Amino acid sequence: MEMFIDYLKAFVIGGLFCAIGQILIDYTKLTPARILVSYVVAGVILGALGVYKPLVDFAGAGATVPLTGFGYLLSKGVKEAVLNHGLLGAITGGMTATAAGITAAIVFGFITALIFKPGDKA
Amino acid sequence: MNLTTKDYEEMNKKASPNTKSYMTIPCAFIIGGIICTIGQALVNLYMYCGMQQEQASTVASVSLVFLSALLTGLKIYDNIAKVGGAGTLVPITGFANAVVAPALEFKSEGLILGLGAKMFIIAGPVIVYGVTASAIYGVILCLFNLV
Amino acid sequence: MSLKISQSTVILPSCPGIIAYASVGGKKEGEGPLARYFDLLNDDTSFGEKSWEKAESQLQKDCSSKVLEKAGLSPGDIDIMFAGDLLNQCIGSAYGSREMDIPFIGLYGACSTMAESLALASVFVDNAVANRALALTSSHFCSAERQFRFPLEYGGQRTPTAQWTATASGSVIVGQSDKAPFVRAVCFGKIKDMGVKDVNNMGAAMAPAACDTIMAYLTDTNTTPDDYDMIYTGDLGEVGSSLLIELLQRENIDISKKHNDCGLMLYDREQQDVHAGGSGCGCSASVLCSYILRRIEDGTMKNVLFLATGAMMSPTSLQQGESIPGIAHLVHISNTKG
Repeated sequence: MEMFIDYLKAFVIGGLFCAIGQILIDYTKLTPARILVSYVVAGVILGALGVYKPLVDFAGAGATVPLTGFGYLLSKGVKEAVLNHGLLGAITGGMTATAAGITAAIVFGFITALIFKPGDKA
Repeated sequence: MNLTTKDYEEMNKKASPNTKSYMTIPCAFIIGGIICTIGQALVNLYMYCGMQQEQASTVASVSLVFLSALLTGLKIYDNIAKVGGAGTLVPITGFANAVVAPALEFKSEGLILGLGAKMFIIAGPVIVYGVTASAIYGVILCLFNLV
Repeated sequence: MSLKISQSTVILPSCPGIIAYASVGGKKEGEGPLARYFDLLNDDTSFGEKSWEKAESQLQKDCSSKVLEKAGLSPGDIDIMFAGDLLNQCIGSAYGSREMDIPFIGLYGACSTMAESLALASVFVDNAVANRALALTSSHFCSAERQFRFPLEYGGQRTPTAQWTATASGSVIVGQSDKAPFVRAVCFGKIKDMGVKDVNNMGAAMAPAACDTIMAYLTDTNTTPDDYDMIYTGDLGEVGSSLLIELLQRENIDISKKHNDCGLMLYDREQQDVHAGGSGCGCSASVLCSYILRRIEDGTMKNVLFLATGAMMSPTSLQQGESIPGIAHLVHISNTKG
């Protein structure tokens, strides 16, 4: 039962992040690329203000999987690194915390591009 | 034609069909929700295998990136996105798709200047602005001794 | 000798004939309502090539070979060719015509290129500058998509006003002939820009240019829409078509019963997920060279205004915040010479 509630929370909060994105696409002139950038920057700001962490605790993947979660991770990484290394942490923290996602995207992207053939849109 | 650009804009607005938001927003909600639920299932699975919460969350993200790359290569992701809209754009899988799609598409211009250089034409700004924002945050933390 | 009757309208007294015409389409075009009128349809949209740009050149090559075959001519019989496509530096045409060995003029008129090339070919023949001239254009969904929009595998959503670039090519050979169809007059359009910036609504960007050219031609020739069987515009799609009718209504010209748009004819919009209709120079080119010319040749239609419209922007100009300039060229095609 507890697990089901976990999933429900992830579904609803994650879904809401996406629904807001769709509202932005439908009703503003924001292009998808601009929306992604806004989401990441919003994640950094919300993380810095301490608003995002409670949401992660509540919704789990519902808050970490959307790109705001990526921004939150950047701010969290920077905060920890600054705590340990001072100003240098401002430079190293963000990328260190998000290294897994970025490297995975680059490596899997590279391998996928090598293996598959581009195809027509059916 | 005695018509100002402003008048024409009005005419154009009237003639252009609107996006069917009663369809697109629920679709984005459901498909985005499903992707996040899969993410949660992966986190739970990895924790069940003995990982700590944080590590499990990271590995789940990497798994989602992998799945998205695979589905992009198989030309399935863009078909889900046709229905999902922001539901496939906003999750980390959308970021992965934005990296993989140009890499695959521009392979025909070579492995270095095609695949290598064009990989981040869509997703690059996300990293540029995300990382810059986080660095500014770090500097603010130092300047005002907030940690 | 051509007769210039206004700044933009040129009457062609010799009425050059369209000796042969050919159309080639891809998979989606083969599933559309006009499929049976095409000369060649290829389910493999790569046309056996390794890149989409090469595929488009092959598509053009198939089309030019077919039109020569239908006319029973060899490249040496053609004095000049006018060719164009949507790709940067018109590489679809340049590479597609590499082995042709015909004097070559490359054109960029965006989606208006079929009318532009046909008009120029007809003027050349009318003035005996060329005995036979070839007009040829193409577009390919995949090569256009990767140049103007996003990589094909990218998961983006298309808006309801977006149009679908046709994978198709059309070509005609113009020369003196006694057999219909004939080109009676041409009208070269002016660039019109009413400030539309949405690249997913090109029909709206091009409608003012179409309106301007139709008005100019009707005024110059002192005719009304009733003098023609049909007025075909190229690729305005659903939004642009309704805007064109509305714009002309404001000038007291009613074309609503005489108008159809190639972008609305090429695909079945209920079934084929093309949103506001087809676009790309191959769209109007292939509809002209499959359905329209056949109907004029067999006498079902006597007088037709063929008007291809183009959106003359580039990704660079759009990123710099520029609006989309439109163009429309008109060709009056008839079943009789006089």
